[in-house]
Amino acid sequence: MASYNLNINGKALQVEADPDTPMLWVLRDNLNMVGTKYGCGIAQCGACTVHMDGNAIRSCSLPVSAIGDKKITTIEGLSVKADHVLQNAWREHDVPQCGYCQAGQIMNAASLLTRNPNPSDEDIDTAMQGNLCRCGTYGKIKAAIKTAAANL
Amino acid sequence: MTLVSTKFDRRSFLKVSALSGGGMMMGFSWNMGCTPADQEMASVPEEWFDVNAFLKIANNGKVTIMSPNPEIGQNVKTSMPMVVAEELDIDWADVIVEQAPLNTDVFTRQVAGGSQSIRQGWNSLRTTGATARQMLVSAAAKEWQVDASECTTAMGTVKHSSGKSMGYGELAAKAAGMDVPDKVVLKDPANFSIIGTDRGNVDLDKIITGESLFGLDLREKGMVRAVVMRPPAFGLKIKSYDDTEARKVNGVIDVVPFGNKVAVLADNTWAALKAKKTLTAEWEKDTDLESTQGHDKALRDLLYTKAEEPKRKDGDVEKAFASADMVFEKVYEAPFLPHNCLEPMNFYANVTDQKVELIGPIQTPARTRSQVAELLGREEAEISIMMTRMGGGFGRRLYGDFVLEAAEISSISKKPVQVVFSREDDMTAGTYRPASKYRFKAGVKDGKMIAYHLVGAGVNMGNATRQDNFPASCVENYLVESHELESNITTGAWRAPITNFLAFAEQAFVDELAVEMGVDPIQFRLDLLERAKSDPVGELGYEPEKMIGVIKLAAEKSNWGQAAENGASKGFSAYYSHNTYVAEVAEVSIDKGNPKVNRVVCAVDCGIVINPMAAINQIKGGVVDGIGHAMFGDFAFYDGQPQQNNFHQYRLIRMPEAPPIDVHFVKNYNDPTGLGEPTLPPAGGAIANAIFNATGKRLYKQPFIKEKIVLG
Repeated sequence: MASYNLNINGKALQVEADPDTPMLWVLRDNLNMVGTKYGCGIAQCGACTVHMDGNAIRSCSLPVSAIGDKKITTIEGLSVKADHVLQNAWREHDVPQCGYCQAGQIMNAASLLTRNPNPSDEDIDTAMQGNLCRCGTYGKIKAAIKTAAANL
Repeated sequence: MTLVSTKFDRRSFLKVSALSGGGMMMGFSWNMGCTPADQEMASVPEEWFDVNAFLKIANNGKVTIMSPNPEIGQNVKTSMPMVVAEELDIDWADVIVEQAPLNTDVFTRQVAGGSQSIRQGWNSLRTTGATARQMLVSAAAKEWQVDASECTTAMGTVKHSSGKSMGYGELAAKAAGMDVPDKVVLKDPANFSIIGTDRGNVDLDKIITGESLFGLDLREKGMVRAVVMRPPAFGLKIKSYDDTEARKVNGVIDVVPFGNKVAVLADNTWAALKAKKTLTAEWEKDTDLESTQGHDKALRDLLYTKAEEPKRKDGDVEKAFASADMVFEKVYEAPFLPHNCLEPMNFYANVTDQKVELIGPIQTPARTRSQVAELLGREEAEISIMMTRMGGGFGRRLYGDFVLEAAEISSISKKPVQVVFSREDDMTAGTYRPASKYRFKAGVKDGKMIAYHLVGAGVNMGNATRQDNFPASCVENYLVESHELESNITTGAWRAPITNFLAFAEQAFVDELAVEMGVDPIQFRLDLLERAKSDPVGELGYEPEKMIGVIKLAAEKSNWGQAAENGASKGFSAYYSHNTYVAEVAEVSIDKGNPKVNRVVCAVDCGIVINPMAAINQIKGGVVDGIGHAMFGDFAFYDGQPQQNNFHQYRLIRMPEAPPIDVHFVKNYNDPTGLGEPTLPPAGGAIANAIFNATGKRLYKQPFIKEKIVLG
């Protein structure tokens, strides 16, 4: 076990964990922040997507020992009042079915909009193709991202 | 407006009691309640009594509606309370929805399965709301000393013709003391103001902010995580195991063998996952170690074996084939499929001497409680089950194997335990869609199909056919046979059981036959259905007019017969399942050598649409799921061992492959039917038939990606 000083959603937090513990499990089990989801554990589904210094990464495959002083943002910290442009668009389109993948979808889409505030359909397809939605809400996700981009 | 009898008496009407805060709490025993009062309600299905409901009205007018059925993403947690709220006549903004726990005294069909929650809940949910509404009206009438018939309701308020009005919140305590009415009036569907309007998912804010909702999000006091080593292949049993390394992992609390399995208990999930990987074991053969190659041969042989008893037999197909101008025969093949709910299987159990507490994602809480009671030798009354929102169901969570594991581990370890499946556990220790094959044979004479013969065979599939579905009743000579191949591989219901592949096979066969006969594939189906409508052969198992209705709507909305945009090719399919009629037209073009589905037009007859926005979401999801698994879904066994264990080896459909889908409803006021499954079955046939029109190549085997689809 080792001690890590982390910056998560703008807060300085200290956790005790084995160095190989993926950030996903530090968030979920050490910090009880359950918005970031476990889907595959091998960076193949995107349910665990969080931001590291603003870029979308797969927290299931990133050990806590590799974080250093980089800033982590999770779905819980995407906005203060649940009013991020993507969250509003998700409401407008009523995107989810089961809802399990949606935090990862939103975090990945947020990273896309930071890089590309006006993405085309193809840009969205390319950026989002690593985020699986078993319920098949892809059409609504795409529409919501376009609405969010229009409201930026 | 319809009058229905509530049939409640004081004994069956369990609780109408004033809450301490002055609110009104109602509980109904719905299996005793409400039958249609007269023949005008002829369209009401007989299964109405299978659901219960429960609601509380607070003195501020807020209404808590318990949603009885498990939520797996089919949106019943929003749509079932909408039905209650409609008849109660309240403002949807005043509604608070809570998930009800398993309670078989009050609710009857707390199951997420078979696309039946709405269909079987419809009458009882309506009567729940209407009964409460009538009691509120009676309370107001008593207060005002007027006749109840002079009162009306709207938006949570009772109004008298004199202009007086009182809110439901003010009336709730008084209403709780009123007699339960013998008969209640239901609204005329034409006057619905909540049903038929778009209402957002009641859990949406929690979903998009990452609040605790799902089974894996559960955090109970003292809870430890258990990750289980199960036999690596079907047919193996454990001989010995070594947990030396596992016990050295930080956070590991204990290693618990049970049955054929070994559980690692840890104070955090990662430690349990990691430690389980260090367990080693010796396994020995218990039963046969089966392989896909062996299943394929055995299933193929069964297709040419005569069944002892046919599932359905009209006329004499052999005689008809002998007299036919053309006999046409094809075989279709499907692999096993895992469900792959994105939230892996998990469940919490706390087994103590006093009680058994179970919490987590389960589609069948009542059946699971019985199984746990039997396993532990406990009374059902000692066992509670609370359902969490589920990260997908698709049929996997009909089977409570993971609940039994949690209960057993908790019972042995004397700890509150959450069993967590890794993705690999989920995919390899699963319950699978059975592998299956079908052989179709049709005889044509003088340009008409005179004989139709279907043989189905599947692994642990039960009846592999739907013998009374189309084209039953359309053809004079008709024979359906089914064979079972027994196996030690666990199979079960997978979204739209049986029909998830049978529909593709049938609709691809019918399409190819029509083309061989030189008839338009849609016209061919319509001509066949005309026979079922006017002069059905044998027993009719579906409504031909409804099938014709969706076929014509899909043809119209897709401009069938005209060229698609960008030179895409169209393909048609239609299927009836789970009481709902669906027709789909897919448009496919060849993009860089690969087929690309550009668009799907989907026509649906599900009766009254409760929440259009959510219904359309569900419909599109079914189509995307159908396309995805037809294109990519593949799963095989070798010596009993699954050959795919995570998403790097198992391909799910991704955003770029999911086409835009246009949804059209047949508009009517028939009682609603379900949407969780029915749009999946036709999808595979629609794209396969479109791929044929684009490439000239017919597809007989799923997944399509393994077939060499594109020419040259």
